Amino acid sequence: MEPLREGFFAPRLALCALPRRRKPITAMHIIVCIKQVPDARQVKLDPETHTLIRTGVESIINPYDMYALEEGLRIKERLGGTVTVLTMGPPQAETALREAISYGADEAVLLSDRAFAGADTWATTYTLARGIEKIGPFDLIFCGKQAVDGDTAQVGPGLAERLSLPYAAWVRKIEDLGEGLIRVQRLMDDGYDRLELALPALLTVVKEINEPRVPSLKGKMRAKSQKIPLYGAADIGADLKLTGLAGSYTQVIRVFAPLRAREKEWLTGSVENQVGQLLHKLATRQLIPFDIS
Amino acid sequence: MDYFLTEEQQMIKEIARKIADERIKPVRAELDEKEEFPWEILKVIAQSDLFGVYIPEEYGGFGGGSFENCLAVEELSRACLGVSTSYAASALGAYPLLLYGNEEQKKKYLPQIASGRKLAAFALTESTAGSDAGGIMTTAELKGNDYILNGTKQWITNGGEAEIYTVIAITDRNKGPRGASAFVLEKGDPGFEFGKKESKMGIRASATRELIFNQCRIPKDRLIGREGMGFIVAMKIFDQSRPGVGAQAVGLAQGALEEAVQYARTRIQFGKPIITFQAIQHLLADMATLTEAARALVYSVARYIDSGAKEVSKVSAMAKVFASDVAMKVATDAVQVFGGTGYMRDYPVEKMMRDAKILQIYEGTNQVQRNIIGQELNKEGGRKKG
Repeated sequence: MEPLREGFFAPRLALCALPRRRKPITAMHIIVCIKQVPDARQVKLDPETHTLIRTGVESIINPYDMYALEEGLRIKERLGGTVTVLTMGPPQAETALREAISYGADEAVLLSDRAFAGADTWATTYTLARGIEKIGPFDLIFCGKQAVDGDTAQVGPGLAERLSLPYAAWVRKIEDLGEGLIRVQRLMDDGYDRLELALPALLTVVKEINEPRVPSLKGKMRAKSQKIPLYGAADIGADLKLTGLAGSYTQVIRVFAPLRAREKEWLTGSVENQVGQLLHKLATRQLIPFDIS
Repeated sequence: MDYFLTEEQQMIKEIARKIADERIKPVRAELDEKEEFPWEILKVIAQSDLFGVYIPEEYGGFGGGSFENCLAVEELSRACLGVSTSYAASALGAYPLLLYGNEEQKKKYLPQIASGRKLAAFALTESTAGSDAGGIMTTAELKGNDYILNGTKQWITNGGEAEIYTVIAITDRNKGPRGASAFVLEKGDPGFEFGKKESKMGIRASATRELIFNQCRIPKDRLIGREGMGFIVAMKIFDQSRPGVGAQAVGLAQGALEEAVQYARTRIQFGKPIITFQAIQHLLADMATLTEAARALVYSVARYIDSGAKEVSKVSAMAKVFASDVAMKVATDAVQVFGGTGYMRDYPVEKMMRDAKILQIYEGTNQVQRNIIGQELNKEGGRKKG
């Protein structure tokens, strides 16, 4: 399939002509942002409050972040370098970081502080951006396209804005990675876009990009003992007015289950018969121009 | 049941289970149907370090033993015996090097096997030699600095797919059983070819081929141990590997039991799930009890071997014979619980029943296992008398 659109995204602060022919790069520092979420396969909703019942539910790495981690690991294995996983969350989010190490991440950083609690996506991107500045120079940041608990898909792009980085969301394939430049395919509803971005850049990935590996025995052994630094607000020089609930523009007022207005009906019989029934139903509801059945 | 696994053993089990559930279960029916060698899955197993669980750390492994190998094998077998056979056969090929190889051989081959970069295979059986290992016709003749091999090995698991082969051949026919020797061969050695791939009743994802040696020339440093040690090598590695077959059996039985319980909970007859009927409950109860008993025996024997025990032939044979008979019974009863549905290819239990049969046959038929146990009992009895 040919791309729908092609584009080039350079950092706003350094708009410069990039050489088209480039030597292959080596040893990248890749940061993968992950989130610990309740395992959606086990979660139930409280019928009264419509909030998640988290008791007794296992926490996992957000499934989309697993694709982000896998892509980071694959680049590291191809070109060398290091993968650092980063998360903001309560102290127990360290478990998610250890799990990421068991898959092959080299370093992990936990951002945890009472002052970070209650953050919306705006405050979250601020805290993550401060954390990344503390971690130091990098070439690429990967995020999953969204987290399965909040489903906003805002943190990746928001973080890129905070760091003034070029970014592409919904990346389904990395076509090329050279000195200072990356070419990706961005999944769209009607096809894909081909984009070139100057490095450093941020990508959020969709599940089509790869198949995440299983953890390794050596990784699990390392995950058990590795030291994981924990940074609070003071460590990353965060302005407390901008973190957590205080730094959030949005608040959840009410959670409710949407009304299901859709009807579901199973057609039976031979394929020809089912197609006939379907056409008839669509025609009688005037959804197709005439009854061709 | 809690078998008090160490943290490391728990990790092995978790990884193997994850591979079984996420990578093997979704494709097992297709691999079986197409008789397709599971390279994709073996690559995942390699990446997860499981090929090295029983290999010492100095040769790139994890430093575990027979028990660690059993844990991985059991979990993989829960999903597909064809895949687990391909995995376990590599260990069988590696054991002669591990137990009797010299330092150069170990350094050269074991890291490749531990990393999963290369598969191994073990070759003893011929058309005239199976249970009777004395019927081996393949010869290895020393000429100058090379051995020349001639003959044909039959039904070799991982044949054609493996890169490293440990092969038993006769170096001196006059010496009878003491005239056999073990060699390591590499795919691509001149005069080393493969016959056709066999079509099998079960474990159809695994590859079974003939190895054909036609004036096959290998350097003499490929000899494992000394000339004449071939049978000792074969017997000793089977002592090590038989609990692994037991673990395959436990895994298969566990998989069949789980399928049967789930089905019995959802299948409605006479207005109730069939698991509420005692006729079904009793079947399931016996399946579960036998499976747990087999697991307890296999684990005990594997741990006994890892403790450095010398005389393990009897208990090793017990682990294999009991667990494989259990697997055959449990798989057959699982099909019974499913009824007519179980006979259809849409559900996994018919495959498990076909797969289970080989466990009673390979790595020494269950009759041969009972011979070993009987002979050991006779020996022990004789010692007590004297």
